Amino acid sequence: MATVLPTGLDAGLTGVEAPAPSARRRGFAWLAVAPFFLYMAVFFAVPVLMLVLGAFQSGGAHSSYTLDTLRQANEGPSLNALLGSVRLSAGTAVVGALGGVGVAQLIIHTRALKRIVLTASGVLANFGGVPLAFMFIATLGNAGFVTVKLHLGDTGFTLYSFWGLALIYLYFLIPLMVLVVLPALEGLRVQWHEAATNLGASRWQYWRHIGGPVLLPSVLGGFVLLFGSAFSAFATARAAMGASSVPLVTLYIANNLSSNVSTNGQNIAFALSVDMIVVAGLVMAVYLPLQRRTTRWLNQ
Amino acid sequence: MAQPVTARLGRGAAWAAFAAYFLVPMGASIYFTLFDRDNHFSATPYTGLFQASGFVPALQMSVEMGVLTVVVLLALLLPAMVTIQLSMPRLRPIVETLCTMPLVIPPIAFVAGIIALQTRLSDADPYGPLSQLVNNQLMQTGLPLLLVFSYVVLALPFAYRALDAGLRLLPLRTLVDAARGLGASWPTVLLRVIMPNLRTAILNAAILTLALVLGEFTLATLLGFTPFPVWIVTSGGDHAQQSTAASIVSLLVTWGGLLILSVFGDRRRTA
Repeated sequence: MATVLPTGLDAGLTGVEAPAPSARRRGFAWLAVAPFFLYMAVFFAVPVLMLVLGAFQSGGAHSSYTLDTLRQANEGPSLNALLGSVRLSAGTAVVGALGGVGVAQLIIHTRALKRIVLTASGVLANFGGVPLAFMFIATLGNAGFVTVKLHLGDTGFTLYSFWGLALIYLYFLIPLMVLVVLPALEGLRVQWHEAATNLGASRWQYWRHIGGPVLLPSVLGGFVLLFGSAFSAFATARAAMGASSVPLVTLYIANNLSSNVSTNGQNIAFALSVDMIVVAGLVMAVYLPLQRRTTRWLNQ
Repeated sequence: MAQPVTARLGRGAAWAAFAAYFLVPMGASIYFTLFDRDNHFSATPYTGLFQASGFVPALQMSVEMGVLTVVVLLALLLPAMVTIQLSMPRLRPIVETLCTMPLVIPPIAFVAGIIALQTRLSDADPYGPLSQLVNNQLMQTGLPLLLVFSYVVLALPFAYRALDAGLRLLPLRTLVDAARGLGASWPTVLLRVIMPNLRTAILNAAILTLALVLGEFTLATLLGFTPFPVWIVTSGGDHAQQSTAASIVSLLVTWGGLLILSVFGDRRRTA
């Protein structure tokens, strides 16, 4: 029985044809690829370019190019909003990363549980947004179930604060961490642990020299991704806070975009958006290489 | 498995803490939707959803945008990715980078860019054809195409990864050469040979995209449209129970979908 190899078939087919159609085929190939590049130019590159240009303009009727907008976006209330976002994102990313590792460790050995938690994590981490805010308002808002039952109002607790918002954010950050770290945890072979134990390693030594170093890239990567996710989150904060009581860069940008408070309000929003792109760019520049490192380990 | 007592206690405490954190808000919000302040039971927040003002148009808008986004995304991405794998491998890193780029642009920054574009167009010439197109034709209230085109960009990183994973597993060269050798035209190859073989990857990409569009809030609200998530927020002020009910239902429906998909996917792999 002769098997048809892809290469043999290829040679047989192209061998009959003259070289001319190859150029035509090249043309067809470009025809299939060109729409994609055109689309990206129009619907991605142009808006981003306009955003960057807008960040360097003074705004108003006689707009001119200036660095003032960028400077204004990095001082006063907008700097405050930026720092508020950084603080909230860094804090929740640390807690979320630790919590995510904890949850992943708890569910890793139970198949059915893993499926339920993983799919639920997918929903909460990616598509939570608005619904999460409403769930927490119903639970811990001023008239929320738990607030009323436990008389939390008397203790001074309010959901509409930094800590309240952090509590909501963790509800999608911990699941995100579970999604990131579970594959890495599964990559830790039982044999490594057994080998280490047989060679006389203590539990601490195993984690210090084997488990830790293998997990570290994905835990760090997860932390950075959580930071980025919290930093650019808008829907949850807007739905829970309405008009902002916690200074956050996304809420500040949205307010400046939709209202005409000052002549250059929009331009400050553009400049802050550029700030956000820089932060998100740094996040991805750290996360993607770390993730690649993790997958290299797992594929062995 | 003899674990030290402290380890078992710690494990139990961790279980209790995580279970409480994740289950209490769910339980509490379900209770909140079913009982009013005087503890009277009523299921109307759920049963009355379809009669609620604005609910049906909002949901319809979300679903239509979702389907349209999937179609545009696949029409754009599939031919390009197949062609690149077959005959233009040098373009591959460029396309991969381009498809990853939207991850670097937070949605709020992206919508700021769209607004910057709109402002610039209307400042330059409010009645020019380009300005009319972007500020009016693409902003039709029933089905805003500007949102659809933007969602395609936002969904690109996820869809690319899903399709790429599928394409890597496929003996593409063999399939295409065999089909072409038997006289199939390029559209036939794409629609009747490649797409059926990629159905799992396409399904994954479509589900991710659909879920993204159905839950998208940032772009929609700042461009002034009211699809499903924006409806939840705007009607939440006066009808908190109803909005919470809609939130719970939307989360459960998405979760159920993913769960079915995951069980279904596993069956296939083991079959």
